[in-house]
Amino acid sequence: MISLAGRDILHTWGKFIFTGFGLGLLIGVTLIMAGVYRGMVDDAKVLMDNSGADLWVVQKDTLGPYAESSSIYDDLWRGISIMTGVARAANVTYLTMQVRHGDRDVRAMVSGIAAGGPGLPGWPPYLVSGRQITRGHYEAVADIATGFRLGDSIQIRRNQFTVVGLTRRMVSSGGDPMIFIPLKDAQEAQFLKDSYAIRQQRRRTAENPAFNRPGVPGLLDAVIASQSVNPFVNAVLVQVENGHRPEDIAQQIRKWKRLTVYTRPQMERILIGKLIATSSKQIGMFLVILAVVSAAIVAFIIYTLTLGKIREIAVLKLIGTTNRTIAFMILQQAVALGGIGFVVGKIAATFSAPFFPKYVLLEPLDSVSGFIAVVLICIISSIIAIRAALKVDPAEAIGG
Amino acid sequence: MAEKGIRIRGLKKRYGSGDTAVDALKKVDMTVTPGEVVGLIGPSGSGKSTLLKCLGAVIEPTGGQMVLGDHIIYDDGWKVKDLRALRRDRIGFVFQAPYLIPFLDVTDNVALPAMLAGSPNSDARKRAMDLLQALDVGHRAKAMPTQLSGGEQQRVSIARGLVNRPPVILADEPTAPLDSERAMAVIRILNNMAQKFETAIIVVTHDEKIIPTFKRIYHIRDGVTYEEKGKGRAFE
Ligand SMILES: Nc1ncnc2c1ncn2[C@@H]1O[C@H](COP(=O)(O)OP(=O)(O)OP(=O)(O)O)[C@@H](O)[C@H]1O
Ligand SMILES: [Mg+2]
Repeated sequence: MISLAGRDILHTWGKFIFTGFGLGLLIGVTLIMAGVYRGMVDDAKVLMDNSGADLWVVQKDTLGPYAESSSIYDDLWRGISIMTGVARAANVTYLTMQVRHGDRDVRAMVSGIAAGGPGLPGWPPYLVSGRQITRGHYEAVADIATGFRLGDSIQIRRNQFTVVGLTRRMVSSGGDPMIFIPLKDAQEAQFLKDSYAIRQQRRRTAENPAFNRPGVPGLLDAVIASQSVNPFVNAVLVQVENGHRPEDIAQQIRKWKRLTVYTRPQMERILIGKLIATSSKQIGMFLVILAVVSAAIVAFIIYTLTLGKIREIAVLKLIGTTNRTIAFMILQQAVALGGIGFVVGKIAATFSAPFFPKYVLLEPLDSVSGFIAVVLICIISSIIAIRAALKVDPAEAIGG
Repeated sequence: MAEKGIRIRGLKKRYGSGDTAVDALKKVDMTVTPGEVVGLIGPSGSGKSTLLKCLGAVIEPTGGQMVLGDHIIYDDGWKVKDLRALRRDRIGFVFQAPYLIPFLDVTDNVALPAMLAGSPNSDARKRAMDLLQALDVGHRAKAMPTQLSGGEQQRVSIARGLVNRPPVILADEPTAPLDSERAMAVIRILNNMAQKFETAIIVVTHDEKIIPTFKRIYHIRDGVTYEEKGKGRAFE
């Protein structure tokens, strides 16, 4: 027996390729959507991995430092670092902002890292060029995706920083590239007000009789001095010594310091389960819509192709072709169309992924499930056409 | 006498029921012996297509008897379970329009019924090729149907009707689209095939050109058949 579907496809290959191409672009968009979601998850994982932390110590009852704002005193890390089982602990700040470079600005997550050198949690684990920060002020390491180059001068709030090193794939959970600067500078950037605001604050403090007491000289100066330093950071990153369970250490810190502590699995749940939950639902909706649209297109095309063959189908039935053979022929054509579409879509997605502004991660496994979905959709959408074909009366071939 | 060819006795067909019922066939009696080509002539609406459809097992008669070869296929009800296989193995169809499958080449169009009946592709194609040669279209074996002339297409569709060596061929206006020379050629082919393969052939026609070629003719009027001795001698 010869393949009727195959012959038909070869006969009308132009129509098939053309339709398959259109369907393919739709499938390509679907694969990209899935890739965007995977990219978001990967951004979150990369953020966790690159921080080098086993535990995140944050303000009590917050989901900080990435999903909610968190603020803790910058001297807490000392107490934590001397606890048994803690290898290293370091302050860290995160601030997403526009960073100025000449006349353009870049959205970036500025991270303040504690003095101490590479290997300390929060520091970029590797550089693609240049060197790590060595001075206590005004040096920066930037992700290559910011577009900055070594030696560039960038402006963060009122201060100028020199880019001394470049990293790759250091991003925030939102996909913004990261810039690392010394902790002190970052604290200043986060909390420092402009001079007008400072003057305002001083005036208010001076007008407050509680601080400005004639009998207590020096009190006003002390209060104002305490207002102009920023003793807060967003989190303390903790590395646990080998042989200790992070969960046990987390439990100790929670108990003694009255802070909230997250382990890696917990942080992963926050980043992926909470922070990008809405986005992933949004993408899920798009995937559903795209699947429905693809199904409608396949169904429509296969139905039209089948209607165009009613007479041939009647003849085939008259000369003894079984319903099964005819149904199988239509099914094969639908699946072939899906196959062409998938190949086109996969190629289109692979080549266009790098051009998307956010990271698009095309997982082979997603392609496999995408292919299975395409095949299933094609099978389901060929049902209408198959029903129409099975209803054709062989008597029609004999005519009136 | 061994039952061969086609025998129809008292065949009836009523479309619909109640007030709108149409008695398309009232009393059809017909015998076609193997090797014989018989003409079936009648005015429009007389029941010719209905009779072919009953014989072709695509609609069910309402009464009577039909015998194809040595099989009683209908006796106030189907006597054959698999009508599809019956059509495939025992009946060849030739239509007014050739109705070739556009996506198969000429050889495979002819070979398809044999393949459907389970013959290996090479056997089926070999038989198709032999028939195409016999019908003088062997040189077009690799062409697609749309590349053929009307007469060539018609001969290809005759070859398709013959490929399973059916004991019965039903032809509905097979010469309508052809000029008289081609029409006569088709009738000659059908006569040759009938004799060569012991096939019983019924040709429904309006075509004045070919009517004189039949040795026997059945007239049908308002669903009733009358036999007439034809004057056809051309193909004896
Ligand atoms: N499916 C049907 N339902 C109801 N009546 C039908 C149906 N098919 C045919 N008829 C009626 O049966 C009668 C015989 O029709 P049939 O098609 O057999 O005629 P015919 O001899 O082939 O005519 P023509 O030469 O015009 O093709 C006609 O009166 C027709 O209206
Ligand atoms: Mg008719």
